[in-house]
Amino acid sequence: MKPLSLGFVLFTLALLGFSTYQALFVAPTEQTMGDVQRIFYYHVPSAWVAGVCFLVNFVASIAYILKRSSNVDALAAASAEVGVVFCTIVLITGPIWARPVWGIWWTWDARLTTTLVLWLIYVSYLILRRFAAGSQTHLLAAVLGIFGFVDVPIVYMSIRWFRTQHPSPVMGGGENSGLDPAMLHVFLWNLLAFTCVGIILTASRYRLQRLENELEAEHARLALAGGGR
Amino acid sequence: MSTATVTRSTLLKDLRMEWRSKDAINSMLFFSLLVVVIFSFAFNPTAEESRLIAGGLIWVAFLFAAVVALNQTWARELRNQVLDAYRISPAPANALFLAKVLGNFLFVVVLEVLMAPLFIVFYQLRSVGPVWQLIVIALLGTWALVVNGTFSAALSIRTRSREIMLPLILFPISIPALLAMVDATTSILTGDSSPGFWMKMLLVYDVVFTAVCLLLFESVLNAE
Repeated sequence: MKPLSLGFVLFTLALLGFSTYQALFVAPTEQTMGDVQRIFYYHVPSAWVAGVCFLVNFVASIAYILKRSSNVDALAAASAEVGVVFCTIVLITGPIWARPVWGIWWTWDARLTTTLVLWLIYVSYLILRRFAAGSQTHLLAAVLGIFGFVDVPIVYMSIRWFRTQHPSPVMGGGENSGLDPAMLHVFLWNLLAFTCVGIILTASRYRLQRLENELEAEHARLALAGGGR
Repeated sequence: MSTATVTRSTLLKDLRMEWRSKDAINSMLFFSLLVVVIFSFAFNPTAEESRLIAGGLIWVAFLFAAVVALNQTWARELRNQVLDAYRISPAPANALFLAKVLGNFLFVVVLEVLMAPLFIVFYQLRSVGPVWQLIVIALLGTWALVVNGTFSAALSIRTRSREIMLPLILFPISIPALLAMVDATTSILTGDSSPGFWMKMLLVYDVVFTAVCLLLFESVLNAE
């Protein structure tokens, strides 16, 4: 590992420790929800990282259609995988919070359902990557990546037509929105830490994917040159 | 070669093949008949209940049945390397795609026309809202399923175990369309609310995905 990336990993670990400490001990306890509200410091940053990952996947998919570079495809694959991991965290931490606060694990509300559909779409993307054969994989995956991302706003609009139970956006919402400054402070530390974790995971997955691509190309070259084993 | 010429001749070829073999329509018909019967046993609804669940039932049956036809769309073109021949010909790729979509659209519409009386009889359906809206929803919804389905089939044809792959790709993407179809149908059958929003939703979905499919199909056809 290069010293720069090693430094970044150490920095992120320290940051993660600090932000976890902040979230569990420093942040004030919420008046009505109590300690369970602290899951907010993991839930929302995870959703943020997942969203960014899917956006990166969308941009990389378009870039692949235009440029046909295998490195761009590696980035698309890496970001989709990391996105699914964080999306899973969102779907797990959400119900843990919802059970004591709403009294139910799950409701078919707009944002919950959209997140679930998002998760389904990107899992199908990963399955397609696994099942597609050879070099076609990149293109087919890129096409599905574009399809999936285009679908998300439509899913959201259609499900919003139902009753919405999820808390409205805390920041930049209506008049009564807004976080306590102490909570916002802790939240931003966690957001930074999770973003760094997301970057590290995506970057190392990207490196691995590039190595896999190179290995595959080398196999193909050897098979052609040596007449095959 | 213009798009219209190629589309027409490909469509006519597919229709003629289907007319002679009746593979797709027969398997779809029997499949959806099975779904109707099995659902009826599984839920055993009264007339009032069935009005509430019929929207979902009808569309799930048609969705599953359509997958049967969609899987065959491209499979027959793989034999004898028809797709490869198409690729090196100067014919526009989208003409092929449009022909396949129109063909599947016709098959599924025929299926719906034939199955509708059976649904009405088996589930004692009677529409409270205006019936012409049901027809509009059926056409918009079928287009949504078929345009995405034909495209997903073109993706899955290039994978291992392609018959499993098609629903895995198609269903997550189709969730909003399915939701719109089911809710619009239910709101017309029960007469509780206006299906206006869902009809607009379906129209938007159709326009967006038709555009994306036409934009990307050439890349998929030429994927190497």
